[in-house]
Amino acid sequence: MTSIPHTHLIPSSAPGRGKVGMACLIFAECWFFAGFIVAYLFYIGKSSSGPLPREVIDIKPVLLNSAALIASSFTVIAALRGLARSNMGVFRFWMLLTIVLGGYFIYGTAMEWRGFIVDHHLTISTNLFGTTYYSLVGFHAFHVIVGLCLLTTILVLSLMGHIHVVRDHLRVELVSWYWHFVDAVWIVVFTTVYIVGMRP
Amino acid sequence: MTTAPIHPTSETSMGFGSRVHSWVISVDHKKLGMMYIGAGLIFFVLGGIEATLMRLQLLKPLNDVLTPHGFNQMFTMHGTTMVFLVGMPVLLGFGNYLIPLMIGARDMAFPRLNAFGLWLFIFGGLLLYYSFIGGDGLYGMGGAPDVGWFAYSPLTSKAFSVGHATDYWILGIMVSGFGSMTTAINFMATIVCMRCPGMTFMRMPLFVWLMFTVGILVLLALPVLTGAQVMLLFDRFLGAHFFDPQQQGSVIFWQHLFWFFGHPEVYILILPAFGMICEIIPVFSRKVIFGYPLMVAATLSIAFISLGVWVHHMFSVGLPPWLNSIFAASTFLIAVPTGMKMFNWIGTMWGGNIRFTVSMLFATGFLVMFLFGGLTGIMLAVVPFDWQLSDSYFVVGHFHYVLFGGTMLAVFSAVFYWFPKATGRMLSEPMGKWTFWMFMIGLTLTFFPMHLSGMLGMPRRVYTYQPGRGFEIWNLISSSGVPFQIVGVLLLMTNIIKSLINGRVAGPDPWDAWTLEWATSSPPPSENFPKIPTCTSPRPLWDRKHPEDPDCFYE
Repeated sequence: MTSIPHTHLIPSSAPGRGKVGMACLIFAECWFFAGFIVAYLFYIGKSSSGPLPREVIDIKPVLLNSAALIASSFTVIAALRGLARSNMGVFRFWMLLTIVLGGYFIYGTAMEWRGFIVDHHLTISTNLFGTTYYSLVGFHAFHVIVGLCLLTTILVLSLMGHIHVVRDHLRVELVSWYWHFVDAVWIVVFTTVYIVGMRP
Repeated sequence: MTTAPIHPTSETSMGFGSRVHSWVISVDHKKLGMMYIGAGLIFFVLGGIEATLMRLQLLKPLNDVLTPHGFNQMFTMHGTTMVFLVGMPVLLGFGNYLIPLMIGARDMAFPRLNAFGLWLFIFGGLLLYYSFIGGDGLYGMGGAPDVGWFAYSPLTSKAFSVGHATDYWILGIMVSGFGSMTTAINFMATIVCMRCPGMTFMRMPLFVWLMFTVGILVLLALPVLTGAQVMLLFDRFLGAHFFDPQQQGSVIFWQHLFWFFGHPEVYILILPAFGMICEIIPVFSRKVIFGYPLMVAATLSIAFISLGVWVHHMFSVGLPPWLNSIFAASTFLIAVPTGMKMFNWIGTMWGGNIRFTVSMLFATGFLVMFLFGGLTGIMLAVVPFDWQLSDSYFVVGHFHYVLFGGTMLAVFSAVFYWFPKATGRMLSEPMGKWTFWMFMIGLTLTFFPMHLSGMLGMPRRVYTYQPGRGFEIWNLISSSGVPFQIVGVLLLMTNIIKSLINGRVAGPDPWDAWTLEWATSSPPPSENFPKIPTCTSPRPLWDRKHPEDPDCFYE
């Protein structure tokens, strides 16, 4: 053993296992969404009966919705900054704002679905547009709800005084990664459904 | 280094109930790995029984061992079991057991997630097999799934698959798939973050490299299958139209999604086998693996190219010729890195001081059988050839050479190689040699004639055939290989049980090997290493045994 030069002992400088784990989860989720996005693109304009996207989609509330979700990505960054400075008041304020913005997004999606179902009689079984739209947007909304549950858990824990900067900063950061991912997926979904899918 | 492992003694002093309890609640990667392999081998026996029933039915023309419907259930359950409940868990189990030991870690990155993955797999498998009892649904139709392991639309639609057979197929595979994904996340995090000091990526054992690549492929391919299965569930339960041609849905779309998963899945099943061979051949040839960096590069290129070959499963669908040509070309291309590996293994054996232990015999058998299966694979990549032989017994012969002759022979080789490490006991070599020859004879008898009956025109998945078409003799020979394989399985099981009771004590390093799992006692203590090892070269244990001539001088 003594003759082995110590220069060969390269210390490992790997990232934390939590970061790798979350990155892998997000990677897998990307491929899950890819299936539904390809399905949407593949079935654009193939519905054998109405209603069609151009007849039912109202883009204005969706834009407001999207703005709220994208803004929530920035508010969660502000919350993390507050946490890093141990300023729990700032942290809680921005976390609350993030949850409110995410909640508004879900409310907007619910209103859009209500309009489709009640006013236009478009359900998942009406035509291919309904099938692909409700699955893609629905799975995204489901992920937003999961993210909201995680963020709310963190906020409640911090209000109970269970969030410690040194121990929990990485955990909160990983949840914020998930939230950014949900946001990024929405940009792709928005492009697919509300821009590409609106072509005549 | 002086502290003796405490956990084997403390375990034998426990009662049976508390021993079972300690396994059920365990988060130790070694116990979980062994449970993966054990559960996989139980499903292997179930899948083997299904195959035996099929071979009995096809023994002679117009036989009536199975009903047509029963035959459909048997081939569906056989394929699904062997791919999802045998291949993946056994290989992931070996990864679970070996990765932390090989990289000098105390456990996986997320031990509790690891246990969660195992129990998801077991629950998914039980869910699939519960279909034999609960799949009848409201109309008393169904039972076990009967739509084939790739479950093509529109066979799976509500109209053609009444009852809940297909739902059990979807949910069973989906649940065990979630288990595989959590395990893949664990592999990635473990390999990236938990390596011992000095264990750089290019010093990792090739098995670890191969499992790393498998982790990427699992994370990439399985979510697509899960997505497709969710679409199918929506079609069946919510009246969606993803795969419903009456509403302009496309049945071909299912095939694209399934095979986009399905072809990387083939590599998920073969890359770990490559990894095992990469560890076993050098040790029994007494030579360093030939072309380590090239092996890594070939592995990564196989994984990359495997994403772009799936249409070769769909040549007979009638897709445009330019599309078929592209996928034929990419399929030829993937043979190049695979061929590199083949030559590297032969290059490792070349001029080596080969010891033909049972493990090495299986590894050599793997080289021969996998080469044969690989070559028929290249034949099937030729589009006109595929048009003639698609969905014939030629294809069945091809993929059994790859999956049984390839993956399973490598697994048997690995069982003989690492059993001493996991249990502290050697398997019987004479009995192992009988096992090897039983499998080689059985495999060749069963699967070689399938190529001939396929070329004569026998389609796969038919429950019987007419006399006088020239199929009789080849089917008779195929079925006659089954008893040999049954004897092989029984010999292996006897060997395992006998060796557990009174096998020769192995000691920490029975094969004079070089990787870190042999640096600790057999079986390893629950913390794996009393002191975290350090790594100075790709063969850390060689360095420790030969301090006057360590590997790191030649790096």
